[in-house]
Amino acid sequence: MRILNLLKIAWRAIKLNKMRTFLTMLGIIIGVASVIAMLAVGEGSTQSIKTQISSMGSNMITIRPGAGMQGGVRTDPGEMQSLKLEDYESLRDQATLLTAISPQVSGSGQVISGANNWPSSIYGVTPEYLDIRVLELAEGSMFTSAEVKSAAKVAVIGQTIVENIFPDGESPIGKMIRFNKIPFKVIGVLEPKGENTFGQDQDDIILAPYTAVQKRILAIDYLQSIVASAVNEEQAPDAVEEVSAILRENHQITNPQEDDFNVFSMEELITALSSTSEILTVLLVAIAGISLLIGGIGIMNIMYVSVKERTREIGLRMAVGGKGADILIQFLIEAILISITGGILGVLLGISATLIIQNVFNWPTIVTLYSVIISFAVCAITGIFFGWYPARKAAALDPIVALRYE
Amino acid sequence: MSKTIIDIDTLKREFIMGTETVHALKGISYAIKEGEFVTIMGSSGSGKSTMLNILGCLDQPTSGSYKIDQVAVNALSRNELAQIRNEKIGFIFQSYNLLPRTSAIENAELPLLYNSKVSSEERRKRAIDALNLVGLGERLDHTPAQLSGGQQQRVAIARSLVNDPVVILADEATGNLDTRTSYEIMALFQDLNRKGKTIVFVTHEDDIARFSNRTIILKDGTIISDKINEDILDAAQELAALPKEN
Repeated sequence: MRILNLLKIAWRAIKLNKMRTFLTMLGIIIGVASVIAMLAVGEGSTQSIKTQISSMGSNMITIRPGAGMQGGVRTDPGEMQSLKLEDYESLRDQATLLTAISPQVSGSGQVISGANNWPSSIYGVTPEYLDIRVLELAEGSMFTSAEVKSAAKVAVIGQTIVENIFPDGESPIGKMIRFNKIPFKVIGVLEPKGENTFGQDQDDIILAPYTAVQKRILAIDYLQSIVASAVNEEQAPDAVEEVSAILRENHQITNPQEDDFNVFSMEELITALSSTSEILTVLLVAIAGISLLIGGIGIMNIMYVSVKERTREIGLRMAVGGKGADILIQFLIEAILISITGGILGVLLGISATLIIQNVFNWPTIVTLYSVIISFAVCAITGIFFGWYPARKAAALDPIVALRYE
Repeated sequence: MSKTIIDIDTLKREFIMGTETVHALKGISYAIKEGEFVTIMGSSGSGKSTMLNILGCLDQPTSGSYKIDQVAVNALSRNELAQIRNEKIGFIFQSYNLLPRTSAIENAELPLLYNSKVSSEERRKRAIDALNLVGLGERLDHTPAQLSGGQQQRVAIARSLVNDPVVILADEATGNLDTRTSYEIMALFQDLNRKGKTIVFVTHEDDIARFSNRTIILKDGTIISDKINEDILDAAQELAALPKEN
């Protein structure tokens, strides 16, 4: 009953200064809205990185030649020829934590068929590559191990190649394409995958037996990299260790510091990327938090002015029976009402801003419940915290002095 | 014998100003009975403001006793004083002290908002009754800015009546008003007094004092005169006798 009356009193006081109340709220509204929108953007990008990486094969392990030392000279990993076919074979035969493994050699060049041409990349792999990269065939078939062995000039192509080289809509299966003048017969088409996290078109791809790419296109006998699948995501770090051990043995390396190869798991990439986006989120939230703090100071400022300005009103309220606690609670309720109303408007504005970001800029966003709850709680605390001191000041006034205040 | 509303006995109030002690009230005694209409007069510095603050339970005496409606005020805490003010005293100020941009009805019901025993329907009803009593039944929703000075003071009077106090304390209640309006307000006070309200009116204007039935004059913190008025003027008649305004 008493609180209800004080609520009524506070509400009437707020209604008397609509414009000023709104401007005071604005700080809180913007603060809360930005916390929610920033968290939604941060959360959205973290999630989208995670899903995209797992669509690339979250248990994938990549082995590349590494910055080893050869006679004291550090070499560019791209030029290193330390990964050999034997490495692939021993990993395939010895590794127990790998389910699929494929060498990878790639070259870029021009794809030509009839009057159409397109710049693209060719990847020399084994049939297991489909499983490792989680690729599906839309039509036709993958080349076989026998075709790998015989270095057959057959290719499986991605949707981007189909669209640019075979724009008429007819099936490319059985057609010939030429990659850097070397003819390949199209035997399969991949399901589209879209862009990956880094904006790379995953459909702009040609797969061919690695033997054919090595001999016909690159004229090399070493491997540029090896990709493999760990039995599952959890065991990927163990698989990385196993692979490293086998390779060290092959390369007769005793000190891990001198590794001439690098083994990455997607796990590490996920962690690296999401920690980047988490740092970004923390920064965004910190900025938003600061604006909330400034909003709070705005409330304190206005409450101060309000107490000063309404000194006689406070004196009157005390004269007609308002106790110190009544005055304190009234001003505290005013501050909390301002901050909470600001909070509600801020949540609504934040969600609308998030929807705009999502629909206009096409950024992935996720509004999380916890961000709404946290920013709302912070608001209420802001109101109490910044309303407390002015309210105390009001409650401590001497009614005799306050009544005669000019 | 009607009951004693205000009972003051050798009341002193001293203020310490730096190293000096100011004796604002130097041992005053008097009693006010129910139904009296008392004016307290005195020039500035006579101690009448201090007297009013103590009567209104806004301040407490340094020594001596003050009982309002049989309750000794001396020993009460700040919160208990607030409750006494809320239930037993109606305040009227020179500058009305109404809440701006707030309707007459909301201004009048203000004291009851601090009394949780009164329901919101009861509160509204009593505010409307009080406004009717002061002749503002037609202006319940007007804000102070839409009312004349006299009407604003009537709202303040309605506010002082709404808690049905044992005494109404008026501090220079006609100080901001012209003669005609002052007489109108005094007529209202006389009317309320005839209905049984005890009124203590602090003023420095002699002609206002003549409408009351007892005058206490303070000087330098002591009472120099306390007498019953034999010749009480009727404010309504005086009002009629004023030259017509055009």
